[in-house]
Amino acid sequence: MSAQPTATPTTDPTLKSALVRVEDLVKHFPVAGGLFGRAVVHAVDGVTLAIEAGETLGLVGESGCGKSTLGRVIVRLQPATSGHVFFKNTDLTQMRGEKLRRTRQEIQMIFQDPYASLNPRMTVGDIVSEPLRNFGIARGRKAEQKVQEVMRVVGLNPNFVNRYPHEFSGGQRQRIGIARALVLEPTFIVADEPVSALDVSIQAQIVNLMEDLQAKYQLTFLFIAHDLSVVRHISDRIAVMYLGKIVEVGPAEELVRDPKHPYTQALIAAVPVPEPAQQRERIVLKGDIPSPINPPSGCRFRTRCPIATERCAAEEPLLRPVGKDRVAACHYA
Amino acid sequence: MPGGTLNAVDGISFDVDRGEIVGIVGESGSGKTMTALSLLRLIPEPGKITSGKILYGEQDVVQMSDEEIREFRGNEVAMIFQDPMTSLNPVLRVGFQVEEAMAAHNRFTRQQARDRVIPMLQRVRIPAAKDRVRDYPHQFSGGMRQRAMIAMGVSNEPSLLIADEPTTALDVTVQASIIELLRDISRELRAAVILITHNMALVASLCNRVIVMYAGRIVEEGPTRAIFKNPQHPYTWSLLRSMPRVDETTRERLISIKGLPPDLGKMPPGCKFHPRCKFRVDRCLTEEPPLAEVDPGQDARCWVLMKNVQNPEAIAQT
Repeated sequence: MSAQPTATPTTDPTLKSALVRVEDLVKHFPVAGGLFGRAVVHAVDGVTLAIEAGETLGLVGESGCGKSTLGRVIVRLQPATSGHVFFKNTDLTQMRGEKLRRTRQEIQMIFQDPYASLNPRMTVGDIVSEPLRNFGIARGRKAEQKVQEVMRVVGLNPNFVNRYPHEFSGGQRQRIGIARALVLEPTFIVADEPVSALDVSIQAQIVNLMEDLQAKYQLTFLFIAHDLSVVRHISDRIAVMYLGKIVEVGPAEELVRDPKHPYTQALIAAVPVPEPAQQRERIVLKGDIPSPINPPSGCRFRTRCPIATERCAAEEPLLRPVGKDRVAACHYA
Repeated sequence: MPGGTLNAVDGISFDVDRGEIVGIVGESGSGKTMTALSLLRLIPEPGKITSGKILYGEQDVVQMSDEEIREFRGNEVAMIFQDPMTSLNPVLRVGFQVEEAMAAHNRFTRQQARDRVIPMLQRVRIPAAKDRVRDYPHQFSGGMRQRAMIAMGVSNEPSLLIADEPTTALDVTVQASIIELLRDISRELRAAVILITHNMALVASLCNRVIVMYAGRIVEEGPTRAIFKNPQHPYTWSLLRSMPRVDETTRERLISIKGLPPDLGKMPPGCKFHPRCKFRVDRCLTEEPPLAEVDPGQDARCWVLMKNVQNPEAIAQT
């Protein structure tokens, strides 16, 4: 990060008060054989971010931008290629053994697909109590009590502990996934597209539940989604990702009202508004997202950017302050 | 179903005019896709149309012979599905598939069809269409595949275009461009368009008229502006308030609809929405309301109607 003098608590990822700090995080996947020989997918390519305790940071981007990979690397479901993830100022990427295990209790994940992320052969009680057993926290009667308590908190009938996932609707299954994440009393939850598989009326139930839980337990959320309307609603701040890089970060309302990066502008303009009389001007982007195997030189968005110049091909724009608590990676923002 | 019948769609009536874009909205299981499939008599076995008429001009689609329905599907109607990858043949070149769509029906000769392929791809704004015509589907991006599907669909200049969740699998910037394309195509062809979707915001941006479905029934219908401004059915009203909006300025709590849509096999008596409805009265529990006019051009299936409810937000949040 450059321009430290004007950096503020929310834009300065080196700030020690942040609960989670991601520093220059890189995740590359080797692509075996084929035309490219030993090609590499640059899924996450130098991401720096800070998440404050108690806030919801929304992470948006289109498919293939690397947002899910970033979430998985942050919780260490996948190892980082390079870079650091600090949780309470301790580097998760360097942690091993018992220390890692204990830290992991505080970091949980909620997944997109409530059908695929629950073991169909386990009862709800077993699914929700499994983390308690794995971490040796509670067994038997005590675990049962904890499970019933968590089920009540997420709006599931505790009498259903002996039922199997297929007996529940999609929305209820997502509640089971949330109960499993909550049972260890985490401080930080990464939610990867938690509502995108659900019907509209059910989405609202889960969004409201997540907001209630955050208020009740002072949770910190990284909320990953492609739906900008949902992200706008639930987030305090939003980070926009494009082709492995963060292109803009800012307070949710301001970022949506006055986006600075041309990609953010196009993304917001493309979201339909449920207001027939008030249709907005669209910014239609040319072409498709380039391959993350061979990302463009300089600014990665330049191949589709309506205002790109030669400078954009030659020189990569770094995230720099573009207003109070806001950063954007564009030479012209 | 062993020994039973489920009514996925129950007593639906609507009409679509040339040049009009009608949105059918509803959640999973509301019957919106079955309604569209029945227009083409494409309902999967063992489903069938047990009663009713589908009039296309003067012809009744339900009574057509196999040969007639084949010509009707190919020449008069085009259907665009959600997932373009599963609708395209992966081992045939895109251009050839567009050509086949035209040659399969009797409107064009093989040579005419061949000559029309590149103009069709250009019409749906596939960049460098001359070069891409020999590509296979996997060489196309999701948005391009959907454009190719639209090219196939409109190549016979249909007068009715049915688009079933055409942008659900696509990224939002791509979605926006496909919606623009559908709007332009409907104007150019003066075709009637039926857009089936769960996305109310999409309906607002594209459709002239909206049909809201719930549990196999139309619960509300009317001009898009009226439905969005003054929804009268509690389901429509709640659905519009359950969606977060990208342009919202305050973070109000979303209105959620408690519970789930009814199982087709276990339909509640009375109004099918009453178990989830915050505004119900005694009559709703026993007697199903008819779809009745609430304003000129706007119909709703409700005994209460939202215009008669004082302070609905407060009631809905309880």
